[in-house]
Amino acid sequence: MAEAAVAGNGAEAKMRVWRGDASGGEFRDYTVPLEEGMVVLDVIHSIQAMHAGDLAVRWNCKAGKCGSCSAEVNGKPRLMCMTRMNTFEPGETITVAPIQTFPLVRDLVTDVSYNYEKAKTIPPFKPKPKEADGTRRMYQEDIDRVQEFHKCIECYLCQDVCHVIRDHNENKPSFAGPRFFVRVASLEMHPLDTDDRLEFLRNEAGLGFCNITKCCTEVCPEHIKITDNSIIPMKERVVTRFYDPIARLLGALGGKKS
Amino acid sequence: MAGDSYETHEYDVVVVGAGGAGLRAGIEAHDKGCKTAIICKSLLGKAHTVMAEGGIAAAMGNVWPEDNWKVHFRDTMRGGKLLNNWRMAQIHAQQAPDRVLELEEWGALFDRTDEGLILQRDFGGHRYARLAHVGDRTGLEMIRTLQQRAVSLGIDVFMECNVQHLLMNDGRVSGAIGYWRESGELIVFNCKAVVLATGGSGKCWQVTSNSWEYSGDGMGMAMEVGADLIDMEKVQFHPTGMVWPPSVRGILVTEGVRGDGGTLLNSEGERFMFNYIPEFFKAETADNETEADAWYQDKKNNRRTPDLLPRDEVARAINSEVKAGRGTEHGGVYLDIANRRDADYIMRRLPSMYHQFKELADVDITKEAMEVGPTCHYIMGGVRVDADTSATAVPGLYAAGEVAGGLHGANRLGGNSLSDLLVFGRIAGESAADYALGAAAATAPAPAEVDRLTTLMLEPFTDRGGENPYAIHGDLQRTMHNLVGIIRTESEMLKAMEEIAVYKERAARVKVEGGRRFNPGWHLALDLKNLLAVAEAATLSALECKESRGGHTRDDYPDPDPRFGSVNVVTRKHNGTVSVSLEPLPEMPEELRKIVEEQV
Amino acid sequence: MSTVAIDKRTLRQDTWWLEPMLVVLGLGCFAIYSTWAALQNGNYYAAPYLSPFYSPCLAINCEHVSVPLFGSWYNWSPAILILWIPGGFRLTCYYYRKAYYRSFFWSPPACAVRDAASGYSGETRFPFILQNIHRYFFWASLPILAFLWWDAIIAFNFGGSFGLGLGTLVLITNAALLSLYSFSCHSCRHLCGGGLNSFKAAPGRYKTWGIVTKLNEKHMQIAWTSLVWVGLTDVYVRLLAHGVIQDLRFI
Ligand SMILES: Cc1cc2nc3c(=O)[nH]c(=O)nc-3n(C[C@H](O)[C@H](O)[C@H](O)COP(=O)(O)OP(=O)(O)OC[C@H]3O[C@@H](n4cnc5c(N)ncnc54)[C@H](O)[C@@H]3O)c2cc1C
Ligand code: SF4
Ligand code: SF4
Ligand code: FES
Ligand code: FES
Repeated sequence: MAEAAVAGNGAEAKMRVWRGDASGGEFRDYTVPLEEGMVVLDVIHSIQAMHAGDLAVRWNCKAGKCGSCSAEVNGKPRLMCMTRMNTFEPGETITVAPIQTFPLVRDLVTDVSYNYEKAKTIPPFKPKPKEADGTRRMYQEDIDRVQEFHKCIECYLCQDVCHVIRDHNENKPSFAGPRFFVRVASLEMHPLDTDDRLEFLRNEAGLGFCNITKCCTEVCPEHIKITDNSIIPMKERVVTRFYDPIARLLGALGGKKS
Repeated sequence: MAGDSYETHEYDVVVVGAGGAGLRAGIEAHDKGCKTAIICKSLLGKAHTVMAEGGIAAAMGNVWPEDNWKVHFRDTMRGGKLLNNWRMAQIHAQQAPDRVLELEEWGALFDRTDEGLILQRDFGGHRYARLAHVGDRTGLEMIRTLQQRAVSLGIDVFMECNVQHLLMNDGRVSGAIGYWRESGELIVFNCKAVVLATGGSGKCWQVTSNSWEYSGDGMGMAMEVGADLIDMEKVQFHPTGMVWPPSVRGILVTEGVRGDGGTLLNSEGERFMFNYIPEFFKAETADNETEADAWYQDKKNNRRTPDLLPRDEVARAINSEVKAGRGTEHGGVYLDIANRRDADYIMRRLPSMYHQFKELADVDITKEAMEVGPTCHYIMGGVRVDADTSATAVPGLYAAGEVAGGLHGANRLGGNSLSDLLVFGRIAGESAADYALGAAAATAPAPAEVDRLTTLMLEPFTDRGGENPYAIHGDLQRTMHNLVGIIRTESEMLKAMEEIAVYKERAARVKVEGGRRFNPGWHLALDLKNLLAVAEAATLSALECKESRGGHTRDDYPDPDPRFGSVNVVTRKHNGTVSVSLEPLPEMPEELRKIVEEQV
Repeated sequence: MSTVAIDKRTLRQDTWWLEPMLVVLGLGCFAIYSTWAALQNGNYYAAPYLSPFYSPCLAINCEHVSVPLFGSWYNWSPAILILWIPGGFRLTCYYYRKAYYRSFFWSPPACAVRDAASGYSGETRFPFILQNIHRYFFWASLPILAFLWWDAIIAFNFGGSFGLGLGTLVLITNAALLSLYSFSCHSCRHLCGGGLNSFKAAPGRYKTWGIVTKLNEKHMQIAWTSLVWVGLTDVYVRLLAHGVIQDLRFI
């Protein structure tokens, strides 16, 4: 309770928030009262309620589960609802900018349709026939790997930070982005799946554009080891298929579906 | 304003909502050959369903072969204090296993048993470990699977598109009108059938696990065109929401914590749930700690721990403990799993709870107890539907998921919502498709009607008194929390009605700043209509229901009253006035009554 | 529609430039030293220790011949004959790729900091498409490891009698660290089992994959430790050979 008294006692959050749309905009400063335990999203909501009713922002769960509230806080791609105010220096001015990789709609909201378009291109799950007894048997050890990928909350922070499209807009048509490498890996490693997406990965999805610099992994709020566990294993499978004549000869070594 | 331009889309079936219910309905309607659209007001995949943690209840019998639909049916009915629509409960229990297995066909990966089948976990009110789950992120697995399925089928999805009003023609639904959140432009759908799958209305309350989306849109819109709402007073306060720090108050702590061995303690360290076992559940609940602890491993020879009594019981017990001065520093009770399970187990079973507490409250749940208290979570009431078809009273209008009422009776069991979405989402999609395929082509709405609704939607931009929508919403939430919360009483609810009347008047004077492009102030201003309608319906129903049962507890009528034991409290709007009446529940057939009453 | 009009290279306020700077320093120093050492063509053997930069020593002219593959006509530095293997292994290593793409190519210098170059084709074209041969370097590094272990074993042999010097321990540690480096390799992880879709059917490979995965999580740390150590090992042997220091003998 004592702490609450302190926090409630005139402590203030100083924020610098991007206001504007595709035609232009600027950072604007706001100051709102700070309460114990607040996250950046709470502060943005306070600004909305007290100073700028039309401040555009996306959110849903406020608990890091839905991946709606992605933004760049002090230049780092983050979920606003999982960024505690007490991780900053007291009195520090905190900059909140929209995602920079996708077209700006307004204020903190961007047009993330790139991701939904990419999702449509992924060859869907194609299961093998059921067991003789009509069941589907899968073992925990076979799905552990894939369950990590299924944790993805589609916050698209990895897509935002990936320099392949962040800094080189022209690559967007030929690059699916880390989120979708995770997705393809989850299908390729699915013990029931029978489709083959390696050709797709190499060509349409542009896996080769990734230079494994791991920024996607650094920002993933679900702590999915995107690069180590999905991108690199997929690169290795692509190598087996397209760049490794010996493995192709031996056949057995590679990631061929049985 | 009037005459504002709008785009028009033609479909056979329009599904409003892209949570579990909406997606499942859309898939079914599409598979039946209908041109189908799914509309949602957030991005695809962000609906409430994504937040569900614990699991999907389905009597597959993978862990307990003794389990079958009858036991599930019995648990659901008893958990709902027999106020459930028996037919819905029966269909639900019978079809849930197939629906879960179907998700597996579409790529879902549930946690496995040693035999390679779907693992099932314990949850409150379920006799056997029955919840198919993926750690504590089951809803995420479910919505992704359905979303990807819908995308791969090529179903049209309208994201961040907010449906505001249903359109009617000749006494049947003919479409819907709304706006794009991004551009603020208006959009009209002409269609033969509409499925409402908009979820609940928890944003009427202050402390809630629900997001901004839960403004009761489906209920508000359905009532507007003449559909009935039932049991709107039956609101589930989940016993375990976070209580500290203030900014996270209300965020859910999954019941899985207790299902996996966690236990509730008061500030004196006492496992107080043993003092709150109601007569109705005495026979099947352990009355001492040894038996309660042994139950986790051996369910045949032990009775279940009272920590896992149905949610209404646990929420009230916590409320009483706190009132009696045995609460924690921040007004909750302790939920302890740290002293009962090892860190590895906790991390494996409850990873997202671990992160939630670590990152939002600086609490390491593998070392310390959590502080928890009740939070508004779910509304059992909703649009009245026909059990076999999910049809509402309005031709062409269907409803499924949390927006529909009936399945859960007076109290919903954990895990029964996700299965509800799948079972009745499918049924609603199927019936809507059948209806649409047999119906005449959709007719375009009358321009005058579109003009009227357009004017309503754009009104907040005109200066009518300068009320701030955020302030009204905040006040409404406080009113509902303080006066129509967990424990209710007549005088307080009458006061709430007065306050709601004031808010309605203030809402008519709302003025929003800024333009139409992605303007949350405007969006909230429009949401107030439904928030207020649902708050009013809930309060009126709560006044009418002079007893305590499940998700409705009255200080002035603390006991169940048989008078209310076999009726629905029905709210409907006629010529602009809202009325409440009591109408008998459908009669349960003898053989099912036997199942329910059977002692175990 | 365009993206937000922020014209700064980054809005980050932390010391994002520190890591690339340290990597440039670390890798730069190593590259310079190892090139210099490899070109010395001398002072790489101080009985019974052979510097790992020159192992296996494949020419007749070696100070300590491992396998006499190259005749006396070969009188350049024997390090050149083998260093391309560990060199290529590290150059195409997934971790080092990350490290030098970031710190040398500024592509990107740090997360959410703009790339230096305006065009970008990643590893889709020459020369970087050659990174795909990494697994061949993994295979090639295995015999080298065998030689390094052999060097470590004969480092117990002091003119026919069993002994143990500080150099022995240095060589053993070196062989161990380089083995850890090879076996924590991403290609190794793939070859051991990462390429399979069902582990249930191959319990042996599942186990191996599990172990390699554990090692792989520490690949970066192992990469740096083994890099520093292999350099220090050469320094140690070189100082002994020059007679600057004396080996510490325990037995
Ligand atoms: C934190 C939390 C945990 C839970 N855990 C569990 C659990 O473990 N097990 C369980 O069974 N249940 C659980 N529940 C309950 C369950 O998740 C919900 O009841 C269920 O997901 C509701 O699904 P739905 O499809 O009806 O609605 P939702 O998933 O909420 O979807 C509603 C959809 O309607 C759309 N919509 C709403 N209004 C409009 C409009 N006006 N115009 C356009 N679109 C609109 C929304 O955008 C959204 O897409 C939990 C709930 C919460 C909040
Ligand atoms: S590792 Fe690859 S996919 Fe991930 S951010 Fe870097 S370049 Fe993009
Ligand atoms: S992989 Fe991680 S960062 Fe990328 S979208 Fe998913 S959760 Fe977000
Ligand atoms: S609001 Fe859901 S992740 Fe932040
Ligand atoms: S050696 Fe580093 S990944 Fe192969």
